[in-house]
Amino acid sequence: MRFDGYDTEGFYDEVFDSQGFAEIIADLLIQRVNALPESELQRRQKAAEIALLNLGITFNVYGSEAQTEKIFPFDIVPRIVQAKEWEVLERGLKQRITALNSFIHDVYNDQKIIKDGIVPAELIFSADGFRKPCIGLEPPCGIWCHITGTDLVRDGSGEFFVLEDNLRCPSGVSYVLENRLLMKRTFPMVFDACSVQPVTDYPSRLLEMLQEMAPPGVRTPVAVVWTPGIYNSAYFEHSFLAQQMGVPLVEGGDLVVHRGEVMMRTTKGLERVDVIYRRIDDDFMDPKAFRADSMLGVPGLMKAYSKGKVALANAPGTGVADDKAVYAYVPEIIRYYLGEDPIINNVPTYACWRDDDRKYVLENLDKLVVKAVNESGGYGMLIGPHASKAEREEFAQRIKANPRTYIAQPTLALSRVPVLVDDHFEGRHVDLRPYILFGAKSTYVLPGGLTRVALKKGSLVVNSSQGGGSKDTWVLNAEGGPSPESELQQEEGL
Amino acid sequence: MLSRVANSIYWLNRYIERAENVARFIDANYHMTLDIPDSASHQWQPLINTTGDHELFQKLYGEANRENAIEFLVFDRNNPNSIFSCVRSARENARSVREYISSEMWEHLNTFYLMINTAAQEVSMDLPHQFFVDIMNASHTFSGTTDSTMNHGEGWHFGRLGRMLERADKTSRILDVKYFILLPSVDYIGSSYDNILWGALLRSASAFEMYRKRHGRIDPKKIVDFLMLDKHFPRAVHFCIVTAMISMNNITGSQRGTFSNKAEQQLGKLLAEFNFASLEDIFEHGLHEYLDSTQTRINTIGAAVQAEFFSPQIADSTTESRTLE
Repeated sequence: MRFDGYDTEGFYDEVFDSQGFAEIIADLLIQRVNALPESELQRRQKAAEIALLNLGITFNVYGSEAQTEKIFPFDIVPRIVQAKEWEVLERGLKQRITALNSFIHDVYNDQKIIKDGIVPAELIFSADGFRKPCIGLEPPCGIWCHITGTDLVRDGSGEFFVLEDNLRCPSGVSYVLENRLLMKRTFPMVFDACSVQPVTDYPSRLLEMLQEMAPPGVRTPVAVVWTPGIYNSAYFEHSFLAQQMGVPLVEGGDLVVHRGEVMMRTTKGLERVDVIYRRIDDDFMDPKAFRADSMLGVPGLMKAYSKGKVALANAPGTGVADDKAVYAYVPEIIRYYLGEDPIINNVPTYACWRDDDRKYVLENLDKLVVKAVNESGGYGMLIGPHASKAEREEFAQRIKANPRTYIAQPTLALSRVPVLVDDHFEGRHVDLRPYILFGAKSTYVLPGGLTRVALKKGSLVVNSSQGGGSKDTWVLNAEGGPSPESELQQEEGL
Repeated sequence: MLSRVANSIYWLNRYIERAENVARFIDANYHMTLDIPDSASHQWQPLINTTGDHELFQKLYGEANRENAIEFLVFDRNNPNSIFSCVRSARENARSVREYISSEMWEHLNTFYLMINTAAQEVSMDLPHQFFVDIMNASHTFSGTTDSTMNHGEGWHFGRLGRMLERADKTSRILDVKYFILLPSVDYIGSSYDNILWGALLRSASAFEMYRKRHGRIDPKKIVDFLMLDKHFPRAVHFCIVTAMISMNNITGSQRGTFSNKAEQQLGKLLAEFNFASLEDIFEHGLHEYLDSTQTRINTIGAAVQAEFFSPQIADSTTESRTLE
């Protein structure tokens, strides 16, 4: 296995600079890979894939009949993030989630940010994630968004930007934990040599954070994970997290509100539930508060929640802050609540409801990525440079008809990393989704996160439903990193 | 534990036990027909009858022969009790409780399913014996994995309860069907075929070797005694009911010999019946009638378990319901 002939093609490559020289730590990895006998890497890649299939680590693809279960493709060359880069990201992510929590609380209570004219009222109230029943809610410890998965990207200069805030039910953290496990099995030696920050304590931290939210006076809080069921695309993750935390995994039918409290049906009768980590959309949680036709929901849940009988993570209504239109205002939101400048910048964003921005967007459709504000997962998107003239025309019409529902961003030259393609390496575009736990006592950023790779050559779409894969992400320790020399003395190979 | 979780563990164990039994029936039958060539055509219908799905079979295939019987019992997705359907249902149940069972159990079941799924896509069945052995082994491995990796708490007892009820039912069915096929064949009495046929019956319950050790000579009455009343043979109906009762007492916390709900009461009555039954009683009552009533009682127990533990009625006026206040 060789990196010979690897071409960065002018993109920012996280391993090789434009002259083909690798960073020291990455160099260590490359030496190890190069030292492997012919086809050994493919063998290990294959073994890792079979392990994933046998473990049933799969996701369901909506809209396909027969083969509904797929493994999330996994590339065995890890992505490396240096300690000093990570330190900045960690501060930036904490800053952002702190400001966004203040924002959500304000929106559903005093609405000062609207009165002060920072974010237009109509934008907030027309956001898809805005929930009227949440007005006046006082969630436990004043926290709305406990679990966040922020999407980050790097552009041609290597700078990190926030692409999206996922404040509702971000998924993917189970892949981070499973990928790490696979890597430890596949490459114990490299792993050992690189001094990588651990991710395995995520479930304990999650459980701790959830238990902190329990109603006052509860001695041993009962926390549960609430899943929509085995046909949900992220079912594996729901079950994995419940298992790792050692708490029950419940479905709507297991829960009932009885004498004002949330209970679960057990073989010995009803048992009280104190904290629910819910992985079900706001709309389906309670047919009495939200969609009346929800068959998955628990009638009366919101009433129990508003009376403080049970805690929900995340709180309903957090979607108002990850609306793509509100996203454009996040830098202002950070300045407003914290009096600080954002540590990680937004991707420059054109808001189509502003006349100047719309004019620019319509004139430059071939250079921009246009996104519908209420869609996610790579749907409802126009990638200008790759779109046909007809597609661009169609989007232009849609933008003129509904300016509120579109934003546009420059096409980013996303950074690339090497992935294994048959018997050699090629560069592919990646993003990064770190996970943040916002608790009553502290905020924890999982060192690393999910690196998603667009496995199709030249593709910029990393979503698992559209041909994306993943990689393990190694955040290195600041000090005590290995010196390359001591490494070279180890002869065991990878 | 959650009622839904208990339900899934109970059923996934029943399904795996069912798949194992079907595999054993077919394997034993297949070998028997190779020994007695002219019996080949009419030995497959009784097999279908054993599973209790003869009406569905009649509708889908008509007359039974080796090919369609195997297809129906092994791969047919329209037959909810085919091996494929059982393993698929077991896996779906396991998937819905994979955070509760051990990872080893889940991984084993998932691999089991992938194995059957691959086999279902291959057309030829050149080595049926090996295939059935693999299925039986997978079931045994699952039960061993369960015993050595899962807490022997409430969930484990629900699993064992399911497995034992299923096994008691299957052993009594195979005896019921085979006994009446075999008994009237007077021509065979004293011939070498006689031993072959009774041997096949024992093999269908994996009982041949253990029977030999216990009773030695092949004797129809002793075979009934062994499969029904033996206290030590793990597929004997009596053994299964004793074991099911132990699990039931563990689930409810009742003292031995007492009961705290309908399911436990009915299981206890059946156990008492078997504790004091003798071969003479059984034949006096009529073997078929006795087996038939045993199966009915096992079904009733199953329904009572369902009602008592898996769908308890707890709602009262203070419970929030879907209707508006």
